[in-house]
Amino acid sequence: MTDSDKWKKINKSVKERPKVQEYKNWKELPPIPISLPIEGSMGTTGDWRTFRPIISDGCNQCGMCWMYCPEGVITRMEDGSFKIDLKYCKGCGICAKECPSNSIEMVRESEIKDG
Amino acid sequence: MVESQEDFVQKKETIIMKGNVAAAYAAKSARVQVIGAYPITPQTTVVEKLSEFVDNGDMPGTQYIKVESEHSVFAAVIGASKVGTRTFTATAGQGIFYAHEMIHWAAGSRLPIVVSIASRGAAPPWNIWADFTDVISQRDTGWLSSFCATHQEIYDEILMSYKVCEDHDILLPKFIAYGGFILSHTSKPVILEEQHLVDKFLPPLPSEEGWPHIWMDPKRPMMFGNLIMPSGFYYEFRMKLHDAFIRAKEKIKSVAKEFESTFGRNYGNGLIQEYKMNDVEVGVIIYGDLALQMEQAVDDLREEGYKVGMIKLRHFRPFPTEDIVEVAKKVKLLGVIDRATAFGSQTGGPVSCEVKSALHNTQGTANILPIINGLGGREVTLDQQKNQLKMLVKLYETGEIPKDIIHGTLWDGLLEVE
Repeated sequence: MTDSDKWKKINKSVKERPKVQEYKNWKELPPIPISLPIEGSMGTTGDWRTFRPIISDGCNQCGMCWMYCPEGVITRMEDGSFKIDLKYCKGCGICAKECPSNSIEMVRESEIKDG
Repeated sequence: MVESQEDFVQKKETIIMKGNVAAAYAAKSARVQVIGAYPITPQTTVVEKLSEFVDNGDMPGTQYIKVESEHSVFAAVIGASKVGTRTFTATAGQGIFYAHEMIHWAAGSRLPIVVSIASRGAAPPWNIWADFTDVISQRDTGWLSSFCATHQEIYDEILMSYKVCEDHDILLPKFIAYGGFILSHTSKPVILEEQHLVDKFLPPLPSEEGWPHIWMDPKRPMMFGNLIMPSGFYYEFRMKLHDAFIRAKEKIKSVAKEFESTFGRNYGNGLIQEYKMNDVEVGVIIYGDLALQMEQAVDDLREEGYKVGMIKLRHFRPFPTEDIVEVAKKVKLLGVIDRATAFGSQTGGPVSCEVKSALHNTQGTANILPIINGLGGREVTLDQQKNQLKMLVKLYETGEIPKDIIHGTLWDGLLEVE
C-alpha cells in the first residue's frame, strides 16, 4: 500500500484513525499535520486554569453553560444536572458569565482546599 | 457543493487570442471547479474571461467567487481546495505580495492550486509591465514555479501543471508566470484541444474523492493548520516539502513527455528546453517571453557563422540543477539573462545566482556572465539580444570585457540620455 493509499484510507475511516503523535519518524508522516478530534488531543488543558467554575445549588438545569462552553467540557448527567470536566476546563469563565441564574461561581484555584 | 460538470464542450480549434485569454481557456479545459477572482493589472482579463465562461454556462457547476482582495482570493481557493476541488486564480505584482501570507498557507497545506501570474514590476515606483521579480520574490514559499515563452505555452503549461501538482506523491501548488502585457495583452494563434482529449490527459476530479492528506467533510472532522511545538514534527514536515520538490522534477519530465505524445507539442524535458545547443561555444540561459525572441537571435547569428545556442529555463522551482550542470558542460561561456532582480545577491539576478550555485563544485563547466535586461517592461529588441550574443562571443574569443558591467553583472540597455 502506498503512502497515498494509506492516508486516503485513514482519512475516510473514523475507525482506522491513528492516535495523535504515534509516528516514529518523517517517513511515516503524512504530507501535512492534521489533528483528529479525540479527547485530549491538545493535552490536559485543565492545567491552564486559574479560576475554577463551581456550579451552586441555584442551578435550574437550563443548559446555557453547556451550550456556551467553547471546549465542550460540560456534560449533562442522567438526572439533568451538569458536570464540568476539570481535566480539560481552562477556566475561561464564559459559563459563569452566561448563566442566567448566576449559579456558577469562579473560584481561584489556590483558594480551593481540596486542590 | 460542486455540481456535475458533464457539459463542458471544447472542439479542437485555433483562435487568435491574448495570453490572458489563453490562461482562461486553459482553466476551462482543465475543468476547474472553483475560481477565486480579484482584478489586478495585467491579469484582470483572465478572471474577466472566466466570468464570461461561467455566466454563459460554458463551465457548468463551476463556482466563481468574487472577493475583496488577493489575500482573500488565496484564502478562498485554499478553502475550496481543502474540500478536494480543482482550483484556479490569477494575480500579479502587488497582488502576490499582498497574498504572501496565504501563499505560504497553501504550500504548507500541500494543496495543488494552480495560479497564473501576468508578471509585472514591483512598486515603488509603480510599474505594471513585464518583470519577473513579483513571482520570483515568492521563491521560498513552497510553490512550484514556471515561465511561459509563448501564448500556446500558457495554455499547455496550465494543463500540464494540474497533472504534476495533483499527483499524490507531490501535492504542491504552482505559479505559472508570463510577462505582463508582452504575452498577456498581445494576440497570437493558440490551439485549443478537444475536451475529451484533455479529459484523457487530465482526468476530471471525481466529486467525492478529495486529496489523500486532507479532506474537509463534516462527517469526518479533522483539524489542520495545527500548532506544532519545537519538539514535534515541524522540522520534518518542512523537510518533506523540500523532498516533494525534488521528486517533482521527474514528474514534470514525465508529464512533458506524455503531453508531447498526446498533443504533439514539445517543451524540452519539461524543466529546460535546449535550442541549437549542438556544436556550440557560447550559450545563454533565458526565461519567459524574451526566450522566444532569443531563438530568432540565435538563428540569425548561426547564419552569420557564430556557434551560439540557447537554453530556455522553464522551471524556476524545482530548479533543474542536474540539467543545468549538463548543458553547462557543452559550452565555454554562458550568459544568464534575468528579467528580474535579487538585490544584494551575488549577481543581482535571481536566476544567474541559481545557475552559479548549481555549477559550484562541478569541474569543466562554463564560465558565467550574469546579464540583467528589460526590467519594468523596458523593451528588449532583437538587435539588442543579437548584440548580447555577439558580446558573449567576443568575451570568449578575445577576453574583451563589455561596458556597463557593474559589480560583475552586465546591466544591458541602461539609458544614456543626451
